[in-house]
Amino acid sequence: MKKLSKFVGLTLAMSLAAAPLAACADDNVFLIGGCGPLTGANASYGNSVMNGAQIAIDEINAAGGVQVGDTTYTLDLAFEDDEATEDKAVQAYNTLMDQGIDGFLGAVTSGACIAVVSISQQDGILQITPSGSAEACINGDNAFRICFSDPEQGTAMADYAIDTLGLKKIAVLYNAADEYSTGIQTAFEAEVAAKGGEIVASEAFQTGDVDFSTQLTTIKGTDAEAIYVPAYYQDVTYITKQASEQGIDVQFLGSDGWDGVLKTVTDPATVEGCIFTSPFCAAVDDENVVAFVEAYEAAYGETPDQFAADAYDGVYTFKAAMEQAGSIESADMIAAMTEISVSGLTGDPMTFEESGAAVKDVKFVTVKDGAYAYVE
Amino acid sequence: MKINKKLIINGVIAIAVYAAVMGLVGAGALSRQMMSLITPICVYVMLAVSLSLVVGFLGELSLGHAAFMSIGAYAGGLFLIGTEEVLPTVVSIPLAVILGGACAAVLGVIIGIPVLRLKGDYLAIVTLGFGEIVKSVFNAMTGITGGAKGLSGIPLVTTYRNFTFVFILMLLVIIVVAHMVNSRHGRAVCAVRDNYIAAEAVGIPVSKYKILAFVVAAFLAGMAGVVYAGNLGILKPVNFDYNTSIEILVMVVLGGMGSIRGSIIAAVILTALPEVLRGAADYRMFIYALALIIMMLFNNSAFKKNLIDKKNLRHAEKLQKEA
Repeated sequence: MKKLSKFVGLTLAMSLAAAPLAACADDNVFLIGGCGPLTGANASYGNSVMNGAQIAIDEINAAGGVQVGDTTYTLDLAFEDDEATEDKAVQAYNTLMDQGIDGFLGAVTSGACIAVVSISQQDGILQITPSGSAEACINGDNAFRICFSDPEQGTAMADYAIDTLGLKKIAVLYNAADEYSTGIQTAFEAEVAAKGGEIVASEAFQTGDVDFSTQLTTIKGTDAEAIYVPAYYQDVTYITKQASEQGIDVQFLGSDGWDGVLKTVTDPATVEGCIFTSPFCAAVDDENVVAFVEAYEAAYGETPDQFAADAYDGVYTFKAAMEQAGSIESADMIAAMTEISVSGLTGDPMTFEESGAAVKDVKFVTVKDGAYAYVE
Repeated sequence: MKINKKLIINGVIAIAVYAAVMGLVGAGALSRQMMSLITPICVYVMLAVSLSLVVGFLGELSLGHAAFMSIGAYAGGLFLIGTEEVLPTVVSIPLAVILGGACAAVLGVIIGIPVLRLKGDYLAIVTLGFGEIVKSVFNAMTGITGGAKGLSGIPLVTTYRNFTFVFILMLLVIIVVAHMVNSRHGRAVCAVRDNYIAAEAVGIPVSKYKILAFVVAAFLAGMAGVVYAGNLGILKPVNFDYNTSIEILVMVVLGGMGSIRGSIIAAVILTALPEVLRGAADYRMFIYALALIIMMLFNNSAFKKNLIDKKNLRHAEKLQKEA
């Protein structure tokens, strides 16, 4: 009996500790909930999304909020950590629902997003993922996405490489243990084949690899005109350096994970002339981008990446949906999503399909004289 | 008479916990955050209790428990996807759980026979390697498991809405382990832990009992994996890396080696703690780590020893009086 009362006491203490978390939503506040990794290996993505969204919310509130019918709503953000894992994301989402969120901006990583979508669908809440790029991230009718999906990006690069650059023989070097990398690689190879090009080598590596000499030697032995590396910039830094050491001098092509590569390369010449798909590039001279980058740097002391830009656009998408729907009911906003057009940092204009995918132009970024620039 | 009394107390605790959870869910008194914690807690209790069979009672350090969990999760997940429209959930869930457990057990035998010749650190390293191999295989089998993208679309059949089933399964796991430990087999397993040479000398087939404990633990972990799969709907190989194995091991160690009740309590606390601490925002991980250290210090402290000594003394006095 003593043990039982101990157990009951423990349970009660736990539920008491959780009670203050449930806050109640104010009438004229539109609460946007978000979740992403704030701790762990992927913490930079979640923090970028949180900060980017906060910049947009501050901007909108400073400009007088969002006018919906007769009421003016101010925006507020509640952001929870999901450590980029599925089970934590589900719990983060449920925590946010306890707080009474009106819309959900997340999740940041693909797996977490897929796990949340299967529940948010039942709730019917408008979910906009800034950066969940796997196809299944927008499986629900309620889910939309700001970034390109992995296959869309691979296909776009394949079209560009063959139609615009006139390349025929391309080697691919990708991370087989990473969903983002394999998602792009599969679509890229399929599109190249469909366009009559040839994949002369398809070499894989694993997360955490730093020596790519085996793969690069294989690629060197082919007559590849270009190497496509759909991967993150940390890997790219090693790959481009080792390629130049081996004397491989062909066109490098990349995905949006390349953004940030100039920070980590020791010699910018190794990435000079490379071309990668990117929805957003902080170093590019564009009126909206410059204003956003300045505000972000002033607030957080670092340069925003594409995750921040995606989140910024995500908040403006909420605003557009609220205004178009004339209501903050999720069902109305979801119906309005296909009617809106957002002029965002990552796409101007940006519209949405019923499937949840964003329709916007693909931008190509190159490194020119050691600095990023859009490909004209 | 003694055993019956213990059994009744445990039974009452189990029913009380079940009634409390069902009551709270039914009355809508639990927040969604708390409700979404119910199944993960049950899953980790199952994992911790099954691992305690290997680590606590057999005395061998296994760092591949997440691998058995993942085999069960994938097998059960694929089965649930395949039979979603064919079988009613009442039939498909138990079948999935048995299938997941069986697959994990088969791999437990395959890995157990060569590996359990090793002891201590060597076994730890080999099981660690085994876990990484399983992860890589799931990554490479893109056609079946979806590779790094993960296996999504698993029907959500073991969420808190199905708490009764999950709870019964968890009780089953606890009962199996508790009874096994108290049986002839269990005493043989403990004998292997306490003195390998003596156990061999008195004629205990050491290898047989080592594999038995290992395979039963694998089977139970596989079952827990299926529940995990049915709660989340998506499985990714990265989530079953050595970090997860170590997380389960921490629960067993923190709960006290060779104590089932300790493992259960540690699993409940360690699963719930990060969620309960959400209010602490940036300090969450710091407090979590601090809590781990304090709990470990408490486990080894003279203070706790005193408490236990006093309790034992009182118990002895009571027995004396009765006699």
